[in-house]
Amino acid sequence: MGEFKVHRVRFFDYMPSGIRALAFNGDTERMAVARMDGSVEIFHCSDRFFQEKIIPGREQCGIEGLSWVGERLFSAGLNGGITEYDLTNQKVKYTIDAYKIPWYTFLILCFYHLNLDRQKSRIVSLSWHTSGSKIAAGMMDMIQIFNVETGHSIHRMLADRGVGTSRSKECVVWSVVYLSDGTIVSGDSVGMVKLWDDQTGTLIKSHNVTKCDVLALSVSQNEDSLVAGTSEGTVVQFQFVSMVLGKDDKEWVRTRTFKNHTHDIRAVAEITTAVVSGGMDAQLVVKPLLDKIEVRSAASALRKIHFPHRRLVFCARNSGLMLFQYPGHLELWRLGESEGKGIPGSSLFVKRNPEKLLHLKVKGEDHIRCSAVSPCGEWIVYSTASSLRLYRLHCDNNNVSITKISKLPKVLSSANQLCFSSDSSHLFSASTQSSVHIVSLSQSGCKFVGTLKPKSGSHQAIHLLAASEDGEWLASANSDHEVHIYNLQTRKAHCTVPVYSSAVTAMGIHPTTNCLFMMYADQQMCEYSIEQKQYTDWSRTVQRKGLHRLWMERDTPCLNVMFNPQNPSHVILHDTYMLCIIDQSLPLPDDKTQFYNQLTLKSLTEDQRKSHSHAFKVCKTFKDILCVELISDQSLVVVERPLEDVATQLPAPIKQKKFAT
Amino acid sequence: MTERVNRFVLCTSGDSVKVYSTRTEEWLHSLQGHTNQVTGIALNRANHLQVYSCSADGTVKLWDFIDGILIKTFIIGYPLFAIYVSEKHDGIVFLHIAMDTDSKNECFQLVAVHLPKSAEQEVEAKELSAVSSRISPNPSCTAFGREGQYIAFARHLQLNVYFFRKQKTYSFSLKATDKKGAKNAFTCIACHPADDCIATGHEDGKIRLWRNFIHTKEYTYSTQHWHHNAVNTLCFTPEGTNLLSGGIESVLVQWQYGAGNRKEFLPRLGGSILHVSTSSDGQLFCTSHSDNKITVIESSFKVCGVIQGLVKGDAVLTDLMIDPRSKALVLNGKPGHLQFYSLMRDKHLYNLDIVQQEYIYEAGLDQFEVVKAAFDINGYWLATVEERGQKSSDLEFVLKLWAYDERTQSFVLNTTITAAHTDRIISMCFSSSEETTMLVTTAEDGQFKAWCQGADADTQQDQSFWSCEFVGSYHNLKPTNCSFSADSSLLAVNFQEVITIWSPDTWELLTTLCQPPGVVRDLCFGRLSCSKYLIATTTRNLLCCWNLLTCALEWSTSVEVSKLQPDPLSENVAAFSYQSKHTDLFVFKPSEPRPLFTHKNMCSEKIHRAVFVPREEPLNNCDESSQWLNRSQLYFLTQNMDLLTFSTATEEDRMLSSSKRLVIDDSVAVTPFYLLLGKHRQQQQKLNTPSHPAADKPQQPQGSVTITELLHTPAHVLPAASVLCSMLVSSLLISNTGVRKDPLREMESSEQEMNSEKEEEHSEEEMEACDSQQELRAQGSVDEVTPKLSKAQERELKRIRKTDFSWMTGLIDSKP
Repeated sequence: MGEFKVHRVRFFDYMPSGIRALAFNGDTERMAVARMDGSVEIFHCSDRFFQEKIIPGREQCGIEGLSWVGERLFSAGLNGGITEYDLTNQKVKYTIDAYKIPWYTFLILCFYHLNLDRQKSRIVSLSWHTSGSKIAAGMMDMIQIFNVETGHSIHRMLADRGVGTSRSKECVVWSVVYLSDGTIVSGDSVGMVKLWDDQTGTLIKSHNVTKCDVLALSVSQNEDSLVAGTSEGTVVQFQFVSMVLGKDDKEWVRTRTFKNHTHDIRAVAEITTAVVSGGMDAQLVVKPLLDKIEVRSAASALRKIHFPHRRLVFCARNSGLMLFQYPGHLELWRLGESEGKGIPGSSLFVKRNPEKLLHLKVKGEDHIRCSAVSPCGEWIVYSTASSLRLYRLHCDNNNVSITKISKLPKVLSSANQLCFSSDSSHLFSASTQSSVHIVSLSQSGCKFVGTLKPKSGSHQAIHLLAASEDGEWLASANSDHEVHIYNLQTRKAHCTVPVYSSAVTAMGIHPTTNCLFMMYADQQMCEYSIEQKQYTDWSRTVQRKGLHRLWMERDTPCLNVMFNPQNPSHVILHDTYMLCIIDQSLPLPDDKTQFYNQLTLKSLTEDQRKSHSHAFKVCKTFKDILCVELISDQSLVVVERPLEDVATQLPAPIKQKKFAT
Repeated sequence: MTERVNRFVLCTSGDSVKVYSTRTEEWLHSLQGHTNQVTGIALNRANHLQVYSCSADGTVKLWDFIDGILIKTFIIGYPLFAIYVSEKHDGIVFLHIAMDTDSKNECFQLVAVHLPKSAEQEVEAKELSAVSSRISPNPSCTAFGREGQYIAFARHLQLNVYFFRKQKTYSFSLKATDKKGAKNAFTCIACHPADDCIATGHEDGKIRLWRNFIHTKEYTYSTQHWHHNAVNTLCFTPEGTNLLSGGIESVLVQWQYGAGNRKEFLPRLGGSILHVSTSSDGQLFCTSHSDNKITVIESSFKVCGVIQGLVKGDAVLTDLMIDPRSKALVLNGKPGHLQFYSLMRDKHLYNLDIVQQEYIYEAGLDQFEVVKAAFDINGYWLATVEERGQKSSDLEFVLKLWAYDERTQSFVLNTTITAAHTDRIISMCFSSSEETTMLVTTAEDGQFKAWCQGADADTQQDQSFWSCEFVGSYHNLKPTNCSFSADSSLLAVNFQEVITIWSPDTWELLTTLCQPPGVVRDLCFGRLSCSKYLIATTTRNLLCCWNLLTCALEWSTSVEVSKLQPDPLSENVAAFSYQSKHTDLFVFKPSEPRPLFTHKNMCSEKIHRAVFVPREEPLNNCDESSQWLNRSQLYFLTQNMDLLTFSTATEEDRMLSSSKRLVIDDSVAVTPFYLLLGKHRQQQQKLNTPSHPAADKPQQPQGSVTITELLHTPAHVLPAASVLCSMLVSSLLISNTGVRKDPLREMESSEQEMNSEKEEEHSEEEMEACDSQQELRAQGSVDEVTPKLSKAQERELKRIRKTDFSWMTGLIDSKP
């Protein structure tokens, strides 16, 4: 394993946004997640919860509810608008301003035809009966059932207020679920989950779940399980089980409690094999239900997703500049410099501190979708849903100035992904229909060169671009798992990598061999020779022998592929928890060999080492890694965002008495 | 193990089952007949007046527990460890037996035994069928489910549910631990009476409620967590509305079934809770505790009775002592307390709080514990030493002196000495002279100190405190034991191998005695005619006797003595010798090296605590071997915390005969007062007037109350004048007689007379027999006078009977 000088960067104050709503589509196995900042993310549940699509939000656009209708995704916002999303191009399709009635958290398409009895109190939550003829609405201190045809209220059910001091506070019915057997489940601010009968409007049973609020409820598809999320950060499961075995008199019984969050849980969803919850602490937790899982594997383990599966940090390789992408602005930093050499593992004296050069605020309300900085550090580009801006950076000594490039070619109105060529002479912009526009950059300005279009296939948006070092090849990956390779000389599609069932999470083209190295969401890896249009021998060996069990059990996708210019057989990968160098010249480990063998190797002699070493060298020194990049002076930049720092920036959680503290 | 019926609570105790009344907390009788430890009891579901008991002697016995009659004995032939019955399985009992002959492997199996129906008293039950071999040795880990359809049992981390009809076992396993440090081993099980829900307790205090357990995959459970340590016991109430749980915290927790974590607590019950059971109607709960206690609790979660035996702490650190005043046995009781236990009446008297700090019920905490205690000869002074930090290096200890307060009839703290010595106190003793009391303590710091009640000029004269009078040491050796001679003229302190004799008046070192090799372990002076002798035991198995007049060794013998105990009322000295895994007892007089009495192979444990308890009346035994028991009785404590005693053959005979005569047909304590009142009550009930038995209040002039009541009641609600008339007249009559004498006290006095009279008859004071006899006779005193009574007694009783108790009617009527 090589030795690198590492820039350990901890000044990227990235704050993930809290999760506000979840919606699960059982047919396509996709989970839609709405965040506080208005962004919507699509996770693929059966592909290790890979974050397939990100639709960035806007300022002042709070999403209150999400719903799938078939394969269409809708959201309802605080401003009363209903939005449909274009999932192919990952943007907002249209927004309809409903009657300015906020808080309609569940999407009701046919709502416009309804004229319910006018309500004095606000409606906080809604749920449809499966027949479509009745709606249950949670309000202040009560739940009402409406007949959809007449628009009149059928029942009013009063929710009790709390005891003691909370007596004077209104009881907010945060969430209602209308089950097909006519049971209405409500979760309220008193901490109760109550079950009501819609025929008589009476309370069947109440469960005191928490001392705080029950904010979210979700029922499984076959309605035998119910999960409730509380502001204590617990998810409580109820199950519809028969009290006497073998008989049909079933009751809702509180069963399991999961505590994986530190803050309010704002959304829960029960998918086929797991309970997914998200809240103010911005992590998406997938807790598997062991009774629903056939075979226990790494794919069905408890999963916590903290960071996006996209890159938010970009490095100008040749100039030591870093670009941090925040939702509403970009920051450009210059890396610090160190002095002298140290022994491996020691920290060096910092001669010059890292320096923030630029703070670039986004024009308009839209958030940044993608950005890039050129390897030479001269060009910065970002794109929102509506516009793309290209800047030129002038750096003389300590004066930094930028100029916006005006008169951009028309094709550069918006981009799904951006990438510079390695000599910074061209900008590649992924556009609609899986096409890539090429723009040449020069001192004078930019010029549209051409468009690369795939021969056939889907029109899904491209989420990854990789250009070869020699400027010969460009690879693009879209969310239909297709990887197209273009010849930049001819500007023609060169070939397509065979489609694999899992999504590509990172890829890179080897500088000397021009092989495309791809990492997949299910932790598989492939090396594809562009020139020979086939998998390399090494890749075939990997497929034949299989990867080590510990490698397959990692639960975060690899986010970057780099190549060590000093040793062409080294491929550098990273995920959130580790940094890995794959030495392609060494044998692959099988399940019997020790996977994390660095310490063992250290204790062995030179000769023994050879027989014990294998291709995977894993470094776990760094944690909560957002990005690792190799820059030109043989040093690595590791951008960490410790979860403890994220936790300290969150608002204080509800104080709870803990035993023995 | 306890089992509850509404009026009785049964508990196993050694080789018998004890029956207590829940109302009066009185011990009614024992079901005796097993020859080994009784390991379990279970009510016969077919007949609620019968109980099964199983024992390690390999038999199951069926009892009528109200009359205490053994109905049947079933001989199984294997040692039994637990018994379960279910209403569905008539004539079948389920038993735990060891799989292998040696129970060290802890391999147990659950077997169903068909009890043969035959008229014989003793039946062999050989129809054994194994149910499962995955059984935990803990009997709480097995329970019957709804209507006896299935049986749930757990071992380690696995829960098994066996369905009788399907003959199928479902197994569920938990992980041993998780990232949060859970300890998931099962500790107890209870099944809901109506729903298919199994409650399990776990080592880390969690309670899980299992449902849907006919699916190996889709089973589900909910978890509740309140206990911070292992849940010892779980029990559903008969209706299934509540679940009771208990553990080391000594808090009974009542969980509302189906209402999540809504729960009620009943804290500070005493020792850690070992068992909970409920009465069949759910009106009463009862918990048994590690400190040998049963608490009876109403369903409204109030304690309504406590049945306390000899308090069993973790260990007895103090010596066994006799309080010279009450003749009660004194030893460690509740944590931080000394208990006073009346051996005559086999009853716990009270606990004296020595440490005076709240005890925290949690395993592994280092808390103050009473380690030494001593009484002076009159029982006026009590010295105690409490210690903390035995395990760690920073030892804390306090010497306290308590004076007896005549007014409160209890000990009051007089002096607290926090730094009596610089290191741990090893032993202490009071001087035995009547005039001056002096306390000598020896400690590991190489010094012994004499403490006296100093008349300090500065402090006020009405209260004098203890202070140090003399500090002695000998060649910097460590003193271990100290003892005063019978007349307190000599003090013997041993410094390892050397015994030093001091004069307590002048504090002069008189002489030293030495018999190497071996460090002196125990020493004592002879009594009465043998007071010139000093006896000592050494670690090198030597028992030596010195003559103090000649300062020469009188005799010595090679015997390993673990405890040397002199009898204060005779010359006898008892020596417990532990050799080759059993204890022998020798009783000898110091003047002659030949033992008076030898009992070989008395028990298999080492004896460290023993005491001679003076008899109230000396026996006149001619039998030579039991003469040494004439003046006092020897009690000793084994390492298993069993308190054993020696009794003579005649005593045993009497005990046996008295227990045969003992038949009680009502659980309610039969006092004369009760009978008299009951007679009146019956009369009242005939008249259809409301009755209130709560009539034991201090009496006031009765007539005036009735009259004022009469006068203040509106005329239209008053009953007919004829009814009123008699009441009015009778009430007026009482006002004349009632003032004369307090009837309550009168009755008590009569009872006392009976007692004393009876004691004349029987010089023996075996308490159980005496109590029951007294009750019997008291009962007889109402119905017919037993011919045993003396003439004077008879007359007295007749007088009582003739006394008009109709004042009670007036009182009762005026009460509502």
